[in-house]
Amino acid sequence: MKGMTLIVKTITDFVAGFIVIFGAYIVLYGHLTPGGGFAGGVIVACAFILLMLAHGSDVAFSKLPEKVAHVMDSAGALAFLGIGWFGMTMGFFFMNSFGRGEMFKLFSSGMILPLNIAVAFKVGSSLFLVFSALAIFRRRSFRAMIEDELA
Amino acid sequence: MNLVPLFVAVPLAAAFIIPLLGIWWKKSGEVLAPVCTAILAIMAIVQTGAPASVHHMGGWAPPVGIAMVSDGLSTLLLIAINIVAFVSIIFSLKYMRVYTGLTKYYALFMLMVAGMNGVVLSGDLFNIYVFLEIASIASYALVAFGVDAEELEAGFKYLILGSVASVMLLFAIGTVYAVTGSLNMADVAREISVRFGTTMNPALLLAGAMFLMGFGLKAALVPFHAWLPDAHPSAPAPISAMLSGVVIKSLGIYAICRVFFHVFGVASGAGGSIIFANAMIAFAVLSIVLGGLLAIGQWDYKRLLAYSSIGQVGYIMLGIGVGARVLATGGQLSVAALAILGGLFHLINHAAFKSLLFLSSGAVQHATGTRDMKQLGGLRESMPITSWTINLGTLSIAGVPPFSGFWSKLIIIIATIKAGHYAIAAVAMAFAFVTLAYYVKVQREVVFGSVTKLVEKAREVPALMYVPLIILAIVCVGFGLLYPVFGARILEPARDALMNGTEYIQLVLG
Amino acid sequence: MTVYFLCVVLLTMGLYCLVAKKNIVKKVLGIVIMDYAVNLYLIIIGYKTGGVAPIIEADMPLSTLERFVDPLPQALVLTSIVIGLGVMSLMVAMCIRLYEKHGTFDMSVISKLRG
Repeated sequence: MKGMTLIVKTITDFVAGFIVIFGAYIVLYGHLTPGGGFAGGVIVACAFILLMLAHGSDVAFSKLPEKVAHVMDSAGALAFLGIGWFGMTMGFFFMNSFGRGEMFKLFSSGMILPLNIAVAFKVGSSLFLVFSALAIFRRRSFRAMIEDELA
Repeated sequence: MNLVPLFVAVPLAAAFIIPLLGIWWKKSGEVLAPVCTAILAIMAIVQTGAPASVHHMGGWAPPVGIAMVSDGLSTLLLIAINIVAFVSIIFSLKYMRVYTGLTKYYALFMLMVAGMNGVVLSGDLFNIYVFLEIASIASYALVAFGVDAEELEAGFKYLILGSVASVMLLFAIGTVYAVTGSLNMADVAREISVRFGTTMNPALLLAGAMFLMGFGLKAALVPFHAWLPDAHPSAPAPISAMLSGVVIKSLGIYAICRVFFHVFGVASGAGGSIIFANAMIAFAVLSIVLGGLLAIGQWDYKRLLAYSSIGQVGYIMLGIGVGARVLATGGQLSVAALAILGGLFHLINHAAFKSLLFLSSGAVQHATGTRDMKQLGGLRESMPITSWTINLGTLSIAGVPPFSGFWSKLIIIIATIKAGHYAIAAVAMAFAFVTLAYYVKVQREVVFGSVTKLVEKAREVPALMYVPLIILAIVCVGFGLLYPVFGARILEPARDALMNGTEYIQLVLG
Repeated sequence: MTVYFLCVVLLTMGLYCLVAKKNIVKKVLGIVIMDYAVNLYLIIIGYKTGGVAPIIEADMPLSTLERFVDPLPQALVLTSIVIGLGVMSLMVAMCIRLYEKHGTFDMSVISKLRG
């Protein structure tokens, strides 16, 4: 059986969705409360990393294929940069050209909410990719070690 | 419209578009990277005539907001970085075909360019740290790009020592923030000059020492040079050219200049500035001596070039350090101006000829499969173009008149004598001859001499590889002969920007 | 003052771990310890005795503003943690690759280049 025990798997299945929702909340309210794109992105990535730890990489990649993660990784960074470029229309790089908002209103901070979402995509997918790359490396070197032992 | 942020935004965009398109289109890097670096090189050349300018990120004025500052010194470095990057990318097109994962290579390359452009344009201490880390992390990965045992080991060493440097820099930045309560360089400089004047603050002295160590590690000045002779030869040739040509200068020398001349106010004789200037001169002399001596005994072509980089960076630092010392002790302005001009001139010269030599070593390795000089020889017949460019490069770096290296070393030595450091001038002069000696060895072992078994089968490299060499060779000769054309346009503004700390404060804070 | 001193002690411990240990994973740990020592140092710089977190709430008296700790070092530390994460993952990846090549984590066995 791949992955960890049934208890871990069941609990992971139960919890992973909530972790993603919590991460999304941290991202969306990043400009009002502590948190933001990076923290939220890490939390979302943690949900997928938890899946990978409990079920093995196949299940995690079926939820978030590697190619999709790569696209999200680059697209998030590009979106961030694109918003910065958009500010150039107002004369300055990263100019908050939608106007400064009011305190404690969700849709009020101009560029900051889209920037947070872009960062969340970038961070979440790249953290997942880093973890999966390390896991794949490690498994390969582990296999090489066993082959050395046998030979 | 102000072009300054585009120097960071364009390569950063390329660094993310290349892997995105690379998922479906394997050639994305080979098409987009040359286009992007060509745009950057043209932008850098256009930027030379422009007056110094400040771009307020997000429309927030400093000291609250983050500013990007483009003055003479930044422009000089921008030209060096972007032209060497363009040439190295063209060289990579053919040379890197033997490697796998090319989209990642080009993405990391663009990331490194973005980081370096960011370092030279940033007006904020912490931003310098962030961009420096971007450039460094990309270069760590690029050094280990071959993923062979040697590359990995060199990359790991570079990574460990680079991380120590980053820790020191962050410590120094934190200390400066604790003392002055600001991170904007102009604001910090004003605060230091208003609050401390010519008295010495121990916390700032600690911060200065940490800055000197951190940036010195990135610049591979001698007590901190251990990573360079491993990392530079192990990287693929275009990356070696970038690392030796511009990375050690923009992350090391430029940052030292900016921080000590503009933030710590060495130029205006602030407290502790004589100590910093003396430390710079000491590191410089050590680098010249050790780099020269260690280069003589090398038989690995790229390793010899790497040790030579240490020595030549020593010359650059000597010019800057002597200038700083003259300014700090209140000596003649003309002597300081001469010393700094010599240092900056040698900086841009070294960017040209060291990247030329590293690229040519890549061409030699591509054609013959080795970089052991004992197995090379007699390349002048089988590879005439490469041999000619190697000859021009070695003559320039060895300081043979009328090539560029001669003039810059001459200016540095004259300024050192005028400043009254006769012993140091004698050392610098002696080691100029040592440089000549080991480059004569390169010529004898690689270009001339009897044809060896490996070289017999070698043929001239394809045009995509020798055209970059020709471009850089022309630049080397041009810098030597055409000083009146470019000197007033790029070198003198850089020198003036470096010497006038107060002007920088006024430029940024308005 | 003691806290700054302890920070430097932590930094020195990391440096010792980096220099004295032969195992490359321990060297990585040394770097991480040094990184965290500097992060701690930055946080301490922004700290105020009796300070509160710099978060504005709807029904907050204005006098609380004066008790805010300096938020800028915290932002710097966040950035530096992110950079540290990137460097650490690169280091770990290189360690795994080196292990693949040599079958050991011992730097004295791995080391072939002369420095």
